[in-house]
Amino acid sequence: MIALWLPYPFDLPFMQRALAAGLVVGVFAPMIGTFLVQKRLSLIGDGIGHVAFAGVGAGLLLGVNPVLSALVFAVVGALGVDRLRARRKASGDVALALFFYSGIALGVVFASLGGGLNASILTYLFGQPLTVTRSEIAAIFALGAAIAIVMWTLRRVLFAVVTDEDWSRVAGLPVDAMNAVLAVLTAVAVVAAMRIVGILLIAALMVLPVATAQLLSRSFRSTLLLSVAVGVASVVVGLTASFVFDIAASGAMVLATAAVFAVVSIGKRAAPRTLRQEEHA
Amino acid sequence: MRSAPDADPVLLEAAGVRFGYGREPVLLDVDLRVRRGEFVALVGPNGSGKSTLLRILLGALQPDAGVVRLFGSAPDRFRERWRLGYVPQRPSLASEVPATVEEIVTSGRLSRSGWWRPLRPPDRDAVRHAIQSVGLEPLAARPVGALSGGQQQRAFIARAFASEPNLLVLDEPVAGVDAESQRRFSDSLTHLIAEHDAGVLLVSHELSAVASEVDRVIVLKGRVLFDGSPADLTREGVSLGIHREDLPLWLEGLR
Repeated sequence: MIALWLPYPFDLPFMQRALAAGLVVGVFAPMIGTFLVQKRLSLIGDGIGHVAFAGVGAGLLLGVNPVLSALVFAVVGALGVDRLRARRKASGDVALALFFYSGIALGVVFASLGGGLNASILTYLFGQPLTVTRSEIAAIFALGAAIAIVMWTLRRVLFAVVTDEDWSRVAGLPVDAMNAVLAVLTAVAVVAAMRIVGILLIAALMVLPVATAQLLSRSFRSTLLLSVAVGVASVVVGLTASFVFDIAASGAMVLATAAVFAVVSIGKRAAPRTLRQEEHA
Repeated sequence: MRSAPDADPVLLEAAGVRFGYGREPVLLDVDLRVRRGEFVALVGPNGSGKSTLLRILLGALQPDAGVVRLFGSAPDRFRERWRLGYVPQRPSLASEVPATVEEIVTSGRLSRSGWWRPLRPPDRDAVRHAIQSVGLEPLAARPVGALSGGQQQRAFIARAFASEPNLLVLDEPVAGVDAESQRRFSDSLTHLIAEHDAGVLLVSHELSAVASEVDRVIVLKGRVLFDGSPADLTREGVSLGIHREDLPLWLEGLR
């Protein structure tokens, strides 16, 4: 079990479980977000989350593990959005909207067929890290490790593709394959995180830490590492605030991320002019 | 001026290339060759088909007729892409992307090192050498978005150099670039040709920065209107310099 010396409120077993799962999400969500933001696909996590919701509904209706059914729906949906974009049959935002609304509508229909919205669906929509089980933590660790290993291994080629797709194609880099890998990893990340931060909020943990890191970073590598640091810190602060103030943990984590962005943004503007000039010198 | 004897291997060749958008012809029987160690400038007014021809040469478009050979292969089947260095006209990199010069140039090495492999010391040396060759080593750790337009363009030229290509294709590389960057640009092309015996195809109508380096000028306006040495072009009353009867003005008159 996790070490007992953790400080309040993480001395409690359920908080330790929430922290363990939350930290993993706090690492892989900003990691993948760093690439999505450069590709101007900040909201794709949201769209895929809505497709995953259809999978949750289908799983609950059919008596299948909702995580597995959500994974299937999310991966298929992510690849579908990617193909639509690649073939330019729909622009990025229209392709997202198509899957976004179809997914949420399908989820609602499945839920109604299964007897209406219930507490377990709300758990996936908004997350509930304080009730996460050991088997769920194991699944989150496994999926999170897979995401982190693939992203770190492919970081250079993914960087090339997300920053300059046309040039990458001429250079013979596997643009279509990398776009598909990124889509699948995003889908896996959404499903791995939905029990912790919720389908409706996961995109925030993918994007806001990156937005904060970009304010301070001078390289892609430092953006990647700093966004992970912001993600992890937001999880710790959010879980603590959730326990102390008895508020929803997923919302508290995302608000903590937004607060970090606001503080850094204001702090950067308020920084002495000379300091900013030195930064760009 | 370097000689470009016929015995030199042809790196890039187009023969009888035709292309049209719908019924409107854009390219008519275009022939073009770039040999090893040769610096070829492809010029033409706006709408002359330069960009379309470039896309065909790089394999992004299929011609309606004619043959294109990139290192002896059809461009869309050519696999040794590291042998081709490409500098796009307007890199799509957004200014807010926090990528350093070194990170951008390193991505240019991936086609040679293998995108799935970790970088080895020779790869890092090649990246460092490419940055040095465009004079950006003091700025290697700076974000590309914080550099001037000319410095950014040099970073993208260094990215093309990083794979140590045999053929460099540049699309309007000095448009809107400051004089210092134009000089650096010219020096780095000279360096590439001298060091690697590479061929260069430069698409532009602004050749004053590299006028002394060009071996051959091809003037395109749907079809090839001129293909010869700068000296022959001068004999037709056109200089590559910045004088009254310079190339840009002459090209404008072709419309």
